[in-house]
Amino acid sequence: MSKAEILGNIRRGLGRSEPTDGERQRVLSRLQAKADNLIPKRAQLPHAEQVELFKSMALEAAAEIIELDQIEQVPAACARWLTENQLNELVSASDEALNQLDWSPLGEIQRVQRVAQAGDMASLTTSFAGIAETGTLMLHSRSESPTTLNFLPDIHMVVLQRSTIVGPYEDAWKKLRAVHGEKMPRTVNMITGPSRSADIEQRLQMGAHGPRTLVILLIND
Amino acid sequence: MQIKSPDFKKNARIALQDVGLQKALGNLKAGFPVKRSIAVDRMPEFEDLRDEARDLKNHILGNLDIYLEQFESKVIENGGHVHWCRTAEDAQKKILEICQEVDAKTVTKGKSMVSEEINLNEYLEANGVQPIETDLGEYILQLREDHPSHIIAPAIHLNLEDVSEAFHKHHKRPKSDDPAVLMQEAREMLRKKFVAADVGITGANFCVAETGSTIIVTNEGNGDLTQTLPKTHIVVTSIEKVVPTLEDMTLFLRLLARSATGQEFTVYNTLSTGPRREGDQDGPENFHVVLVDNGRSEMVGTEFQDMLRCIRCSACMNHCPVYGSVGGHAYGWVYPGPMGSVLTPQMIGIEKGGNLPNASTFCGKCESVCPVRIPLPKLMRHWRENEFEKHLTPSAARYGLAGWAFFAKRPTMYRMLSKTSNWFLRTMAGKKGKISKLPLAGGWTDFRDMPAPSGKTFMQQWKEGQR
Amino acid sequence: MPNAEHHPRVGLFVTCLADMFRPSVAFATVRLLEQAGCIVEVPEAQTCCGQPAYNSGDKKTTQEIARQTIAAFEGFDYVVGPSGSCIGMLHYYVDLFEAGDSWKQRAEDLKARAFEITSFLIDVVGFDKISASFEGSVTYHDSCSGLRQLGVKQQPRTLLGKVENLELKEMEEAETCCGFGGTFCVKYPDISNRMVSNKTEYISNSGARTLVGGDLGCLLNMAGKLKREGKEVEARHVVEILAGMCDEPAIGEADYDLAKQL
Repeated sequence: MSKAEILGNIRRGLGRSEPTDGERQRVLSRLQAKADNLIPKRAQLPHAEQVELFKSMALEAAAEIIELDQIEQVPAACARWLTENQLNELVSASDEALNQLDWSPLGEIQRVQRVAQAGDMASLTTSFAGIAETGTLMLHSRSESPTTLNFLPDIHMVVLQRSTIVGPYEDAWKKLRAVHGEKMPRTVNMITGPSRSADIEQRLQMGAHGPRTLVILLIND
Repeated sequence: MQIKSPDFKKNARIALQDVGLQKALGNLKAGFPVKRSIAVDRMPEFEDLRDEARDLKNHILGNLDIYLEQFESKVIENGGHVHWCRTAEDAQKKILEICQEVDAKTVTKGKSMVSEEINLNEYLEANGVQPIETDLGEYILQLREDHPSHIIAPAIHLNLEDVSEAFHKHHKRPKSDDPAVLMQEAREMLRKKFVAADVGITGANFCVAETGSTIIVTNEGNGDLTQTLPKTHIVVTSIEKVVPTLEDMTLFLRLLARSATGQEFTVYNTLSTGPRREGDQDGPENFHVVLVDNGRSEMVGTEFQDMLRCIRCSACMNHCPVYGSVGGHAYGWVYPGPMGSVLTPQMIGIEKGGNLPNASTFCGKCESVCPVRIPLPKLMRHWRENEFEKHLTPSAARYGLAGWAFFAKRPTMYRMLSKTSNWFLRTMAGKKGKISKLPLAGGWTDFRDMPAPSGKTFMQQWKEGQR
Repeated sequence: MPNAEHHPRVGLFVTCLADMFRPSVAFATVRLLEQAGCIVEVPEAQTCCGQPAYNSGDKKTTQEIARQTIAAFEGFDYVVGPSGSCIGMLHYYVDLFEAGDSWKQRAEDLKARAFEITSFLIDVVGFDKISASFEGSVTYHDSCSGLRQLGVKQQPRTLLGKVENLELKEMEEAETCCGFGGTFCVKYPDISNRMVSNKTEYISNSGARTLVGGDLGCLLNMAGKLKREGKEVEARHVVEILAGMCDEPAIGEADYDLAKQL
């Protein structure tokens, strides 16, 4: 009832009746074309410069970056960071890339694989891409990587492979379509720095509801 | 929310004398406009992006029915539901119905102006469902039984003392005047609520027709917890938010944060596509999109269609000297500032909202910062025309205008009127060069002197050859 | 027939406020135009630009006034006035008529010929041989319509830069509205008062002795507030300074000689 009225109003306003299949297809061809709009020059750089831009923008957004030569160094880097911050548990995604690592450097620190719960202090996930333009991480939900890991814990540690850094957002969408086809993952998170709010007197405070700290483990693969 | 727009003049007068409010509004001026300007300077293509965004929005509005139906079919394909709601009441009922289906006791809410527009909280509460606002600003307002005065910084009218007071009263903890401590308190209080909620309600900044996704843009992460933890996620949004593709959405995202807070990008930009998938360990089991019309479809094809381009960034109000003087509550309904002055009369009627499009000097600052180039002064003028045609303009103004127009259309008589007024004002001023009190011009002379004419009219002198 | 290239024939759009409150502004405009080599005429059939009706939503009256103004200025190479706001209104005439209406074309034609004075001097005739001197510092307020509708920003500053001994001290928020807004200032006096109070603070903080602007409406508003607040800043229209016609007391000032006699 409402739907017909709303569409009827719109069509009346546009001065036409229900579109024919042909008219519809002509408009919807835009969805097939998926053409880029203007992409800022800033995002169109050779890869090495994209990586540098990613780093500077992520730092500006108050993320921390730990650079590692290979993914095998992730457990030790996590261990160091968690020990320094006196934490004894890491809630982790269960991607193959993480599970195959040797986690013995964690020592006393527990690595558990589950959804995040209220009270969890630190989580670890991988990421799908890094977007240089604004130092943004792209993550998406899947059974190995529940979305709560990205939001509930105080500290979110994210593994980012240097090779997955792209210039503009558009390249990340293309990459996402290449992997997932037409069906989007249930949740796609673009994350730029840790949580914050300026709702009290416009004074910026870090750590509102999401992680207070975002640690990017940048693997120079 | 009670409509107080007819009392705009009174509201404004009170606001101007409210010391706390005036102090709080000072924070706005020093914040958003300065940050926006820096962000714009860092993006050399910004003006071109604005042109593209305007054109794309126009394309979308010209095919709105097609994109909306496409969006709907993709949501359904992904296992979600779409509910079309013609009015605010339809939307209230539908949302309550979904809440009742899952026997919801509490509902967490991300920030949503559409939910304010449909007065959702009051309705849910009256029907036994407890809504909990989770955006820090909105949470503060809910504790104070207050309403947003700004579309992205809802508690901009409050000072630290107000927040401190409200938290002390409701959290039963020692009073603190440290914003960091207060935010920590809210974080702790709300954590339990996030986990316990049966339904999470968020808005959507855009709806993507290509994928059937909705996106929310937040800095706090509250929206993400709101939509991920409960079993049911309801997206309350409006029909003009649909965009064709992810690339098209990206164009608007590049403009949104920069125009709003002056950030390069908002911290969390999250796309939701349907309910949780097989094997997922978290995420909602039910995904509903409530598409609200509430007068928007009637704007299509009218002189107000341009308003439907609005992406709710708040740049217009952040830069508006009238908003900056009186704050958002004076406008008397959900949407304040220049965008509200165009939208509110559409939604509550020009009879009630007539003051809003009149309370502008047409300085044009709003249009100059609008990311989708909405000609806001022009649209406010259209409302004035609408009022004039409906004979809603106050009669004193109407007769004054008619009297003046009689002369303005007759050059010789206009000359005589100018000559007489000129003589009268010079006589009133005597030798002082100014007039401190002028009958029928109290609006002027209550606050400032009236400079006196410096001699006979130009036309008199020109004719007399006094060059 | 004068050569439009060398001696353009200019119709002066006097503006109501210059006519009634400050004839020296219109005379100064004439002098500047003549210095720039123009032949200036003042059409008798002009009245107001119609802005009060336009901004009150009275489209019919606005159209009638627009037709009158269009007719009054037909045949001139250019139409120039000492106000961004009134000239901006002349530009809006185009929006008043439907496509196909012959008045629309005539309005387009007027729009292409109508200029605010400082913009005309710099952008159209490229004139900057200002031969004036002004002792003291000034601050320039950018009036809204001139600035945002017509792009008047650098032109007055360029010209003021040619005035001997003049020092320009920019104020904070020079581009923010002063709160005049035509009928706005009497319809919403409290809000207007707040806006002009902010403005006078910026003006006095600039340290300049004289406030200069390109629109008399704004200048009357700000000068009136400066007087009421007892601030020692004078207000003048930019053309008075550029034409070296500052013998007259500043806006809202008493005639000094007369005042001394009292």
